[in-house]
Amino acid sequence: MTTASPVLPEVEEQTSLRARLASAPWPELAAPIGLVVLVIVFGVLDSTFVSGGNIEAMLQASAILVVLAVGQTFVVATAGIDLSMASTMTLGAIVLGLTYRSTDSIWLAMLAGVLAAGAVGVLSGTIIAKGGVTDFIVTLGALSAASGLALILSDGKPIPVLNRFMLKLASGGIGPFSWSVIVAAIVAVLAHIALFNSRFGLHVLATGGSVESARAVGVRTARVKIAVYTLSGLLAGIAAILLVARVGAAEPASNTSFLLNSVAAVVLGGVSLFGGRATIIGPVMGALLLTALVNGLTLLGLSQFYQPLAVGIVVVLAALLTRFQK
Amino acid sequence: MSENNGAVMTATHIRKSFGNVHALKDASLTMLPGEVTALIGDNGAGKSTLVRCVCGIHPPDAGQVVLKGSDVRFTNPEQAREAGIETVHQNLALVEDLTVWQNLFLTREQTRGFGPVQFMNRRSMAKRATEMVSTLAINVPSVKSRVRRLSGGQRQAVAIARAAGWGSSIVIMDEPTAALGVQETARVEELIHDLKANGISILLISHNFDQVLRLSDAVTVMRSGRTVATRRVSATHGDELVGLVTGAVPADPEFQ
Repeated sequence: MTTASPVLPEVEEQTSLRARLASAPWPELAAPIGLVVLVIVFGVLDSTFVSGGNIEAMLQASAILVVLAVGQTFVVATAGIDLSMASTMTLGAIVLGLTYRSTDSIWLAMLAGVLAAGAVGVLSGTIIAKGGVTDFIVTLGALSAASGLALILSDGKPIPVLNRFMLKLASGGIGPFSWSVIVAAIVAVLAHIALFNSRFGLHVLATGGSVESARAVGVRTARVKIAVYTLSGLLAGIAAILLVARVGAAEPASNTSFLLNSVAAVVLGGVSLFGGRATIIGPVMGALLLTALVNGLTLLGLSQFYQPLAVGIVVVLAALLTRFQK
Repeated sequence: MSENNGAVMTATHIRKSFGNVHALKDASLTMLPGEVTALIGDNGAGKSTLVRCVCGIHPPDAGQVVLKGSDVRFTNPEQAREAGIETVHQNLALVEDLTVWQNLFLTREQTRGFGPVQFMNRRSMAKRATEMVSTLAINVPSVKSRVRRLSGGQRQAVAIARAAGWGSSIVIMDEPTAALGVQETARVEELIHDLKANGISILLISHNFDQVLRLSDAVTVMRSGRTVATRRVSATHGDELVGLVTGAVPADPEFQ
């Protein structure tokens, strides 16, 4: 091989199929392959699973999880974890509901909800980055604090949000895609661009890959950390809007299944929990897979008590796959 | 002192303490332009601390650093980098999960767009990165491969390319071949020759006396936090250097 050629040839192109199979990014392929397998299995068992109406319903049901998973992805990419996302979403929803009740302006209410959720992220991020407390503990505390705050503010009662815009968000749309699905898709596309085509995204991956190296080169790792928790807070706020639109009310109930599922979607999506490696499409696929799993089990008439069990098994299997590659 | 004339960098009477530990008591260093200056000394002699004082990681407690004729005092590595001092740390400071081009351009990303909306110009960075590594004595695979997949020598080459690639005038290398095999060591030494041929002044920290005699033009010897001697390589030999490091040969009068 001549060293003089300015463009070095891609070595991979000549490698055999077997070598390519061995080096394939299996963790990143787990979610898409799993999704296809699920669709085939459930489709064979019950043909209504693949009907237009059911696919529409599944997409609609996955929108909130997709938005949460995208936020979680940025945090996990920096080798952190945000356990507070679901509670932050609950708090955002309550602030939205209260603001709507007192001002009657849905725009002001949505803004207040997103900002409140974002504030939780800023606070967690600052304590983690500047205070040097483990992310796990800080966000676990934020989980409790945010859901407690939601209960206090709402006095434990749901706040109805009956508004034409919110109704449209949940039911209207373009063709088979409801507006919430479109919002989730836009969030995912913007997140993909931010992760792979912006300096911010590169600094996120560098911080997750090696904090010491990133810092030595001049990446402001503390700022990056605060930024990703802020982002996950803001996205929890957007998820809160979709949640309130779907339910028609802001409920102070803790959404624990969303917490597990947001982490699960990220793991299923092949994002390394050690940080440094992430995609957006993977966690989005993971979120779709989890939704399809729950939907399929429901269609088959299985008691919904089996759903958490199934989700748990799938997630641990996906995590095992990641380990296997290492 | 006449030897300070035309120096690209001088550090004089540098002191640095960490609590009760006096890491540097009186360290001095002179680098002439376009030369390889070696910094040798036993473990704990203060070589790395002196380097950290010069490249902005630990601002010195006392003493003076003169860069190209003007007083400087760096309080963080970015300032040193902006002034043209690049450091290749022993751990290389590469992010293994990122690709070669991403590592080369980290914090120096090329972007395009309008106002606050800026996108990375990936193609132009990959192209420039390919140019940066194509001239190296060590063949680095595609700049799109992750650093994790590179050998020790290839990683060293990427780190050196990054240090040399940004118009820097001084490159500091902390034990660049400590973790490498014989063949890769020879390749990295070739890289150091290339940098020197391009007019870059190099500060080389090394434990390997043969390497110091092979590569450098001048040697500064440190012992327990002090500079004890400087020698032109042409006017010294291995035994004298060993003696200066261990203390068997007394310090030069100018440093006593």
